[in-house]
Amino acid sequence: MNAPIVRIEGATKRFGAVVAVDNVDLEIARGELFALLGGSGCGKSTLLRLLAGLETPDSGRILIDGEDMTGVPPHRRPVNMMFQSYALFPHMDVAANVGYGLRRDGTPKSEIAARVAQVLALVRLEELGGRRPSQLSGGQRQRVALARALIKRPKILLLDEPLAALDRKLREGTRFELVRLQEQLGLTFIVVTHDQEEAMSMASRLAVMNAGRIVQTGAPHELYEQPASRFVADFIGIANILETGPGQWLALRPEKIALHAEPADAAHTMAGRIVDIAYEGGRSLYRVAVDEGRIMIASSANVLRTREGPFHRGQDVWLSWAADAGHPLRE
Amino acid sequence: MRAVIALPFAWLIVFFLLPFVLVLVIAFGTNSPDSVPPVELGLNFESFRLLFTDDLYLAAWISSLRIAATSTLCALLLGYPMAYAIARATPERQPLLLMLVVLPFWTSFLIRVYAWMGLLSENGILNQFLRWTGLVPHPGTILGTEWAIHLGIVYAYLPFMVLPLYATLEKLDWGLLEAAADLGAKPMAAFFTVTLPLSMPGVMAGCLLVFIPAVGEFVIPDLLGGTNTLMIGKVLWDEFFSNADWPLASAVAILLLILLVGPIAVFQRQQARSLERR
Repeated sequence: MNAPIVRIEGATKRFGAVVAVDNVDLEIARGELFALLGGSGCGKSTLLRLLAGLETPDSGRILIDGEDMTGVPPHRRPVNMMFQSYALFPHMDVAANVGYGLRRDGTPKSEIAARVAQVLALVRLEELGGRRPSQLSGGQRQRVALARALIKRPKILLLDEPLAALDRKLREGTRFELVRLQEQLGLTFIVVTHDQEEAMSMASRLAVMNAGRIVQTGAPHELYEQPASRFVADFIGIANILETGPGQWLALRPEKIALHAEPADAAHTMAGRIVDIAYEGGRSLYRVAVDEGRIMIASSANVLRTREGPFHRGQDVWLSWAADAGHPLRE
Repeated sequence: MRAVIALPFAWLIVFFLLPFVLVLVIAFGTNSPDSVPPVELGLNFESFRLLFTDDLYLAAWISSLRIAATSTLCALLLGYPMAYAIARATPERQPLLLMLVVLPFWTSFLIRVYAWMGLLSENGILNQFLRWTGLVPHPGTILGTEWAIHLGIVYAYLPFMVLPLYATLEKLDWGLLEAAADLGAKPMAAFFTVTLPLSMPGVMAGCLLVFIPAVGEFVIPDLLGGTNTLMIGKVLWDEFFSNADWPLASAVAILLLILLVGPIAVFQRQQARSLERR
């Protein structure tokens, strides 16, 4: 039972001269909530479409639950996809949209009705079965798309930017909802997102992609605390990257750096002057100009309800961090 | 501003309403071959009575509907794949393909119908070709049959089918077909459950744009059809020019109009609805 549900072996996909997916190897375990994270055009959506069968790889192969998917058209793959645009059928009501996949399989009508009701209840839309997609709010449409993709109980649910079209407040609630559903149903979810915060908070494991390649795979804390390259360190969260030698760098997260008004005693210290403060509510980010005009970013939690933070712009400060605070990089 | 609005109304009154009233008045007149014009005005229902008692007119009516309906269906079956292919072609290619569809309009309609006579006659290009290749050693003649009428109507009105179909298919979100495939729909099932229902406005518009003029078509049945082809447009012509029976011809014209009010109303309503949806 521990065989991976998805196994991608050397998959490559070109569009003309552009290599969208470049020799990708990846394994995803059963029951994972896996995120593919990267900027726009990094190939993450193409990789998802390769899994769905909406694109065919130029080389390499994809195995789903041990079965080679080469030459298997999308309508015969044991996966379902929630599209970024939702792609709801405008000429059908919500119940017909959700039941579409079961009707294609020739499921008996009574069973379809029961399962549609069940999955609509799962996404809390039981009242809206008779509405047209055009009569729904963005959040409701998102849940219809989710219900429609879930109803066939696919081995893998593919979600292409599932939260991108929602406003910020709704996005946070829906993020937890997706995780709850994934745990409740025990399905494998593969989520494509450009939002690192979203990927970090939802996924059990994630892969960071750049220029068609997977640059690092791991659990959220691994990617954050032990980035493999300067790209990953920079892409996920904020990182101060210090050159420690030829081809050697140190990634230092802002919260690992302490700010002092006076010279401090620590493994590493540095003097500088605050040039900018970004107040974010719970914390503030300080941009500190150190020697040679370099900028270091340090953060500090706003523990006290003072009107201004403990430091002000233009103030001379000292930075310090522990010997093991940074993570060495070789790329 | 008022003049701009008034102008089309004046146009319609002079060139549509006035002639229509004339035709209506003549239809209630009495045929008098010796006077000029050959009609005596009055309130005579004889022409309309004849329309409903002589089987010829009912037969012409039904035959017109039948021919127009079959031709429309053929034009749909031919035009839909064409429109689909154009809508799915690369954006750079589409203008060229659309131009090819409307290219025949650069030649007069009448000349093109005459060209079909040259193609379909007993010793026409088609039969010469069939004999030369030996495919059919003794081919029959299509010209003068109902086949030729269908061929002519489908050929002449195909652009009116293709263009509205293209307009709806071009707006179709192809992502919906990917969603259908992802949910287990085979390509055919995806077509019948997604593409076709969503292109129905185009199907309706195209069918009505072919059907409405085809019902009253005169040139095509006259030039391509045989002497025993019954179509209401041809009957009208015969009553007017061969029999010089103006009241009866006018009554036939009014009958034709009544016949088309239904489909035209459907077309109007459907157009209004698709405007609302936007």
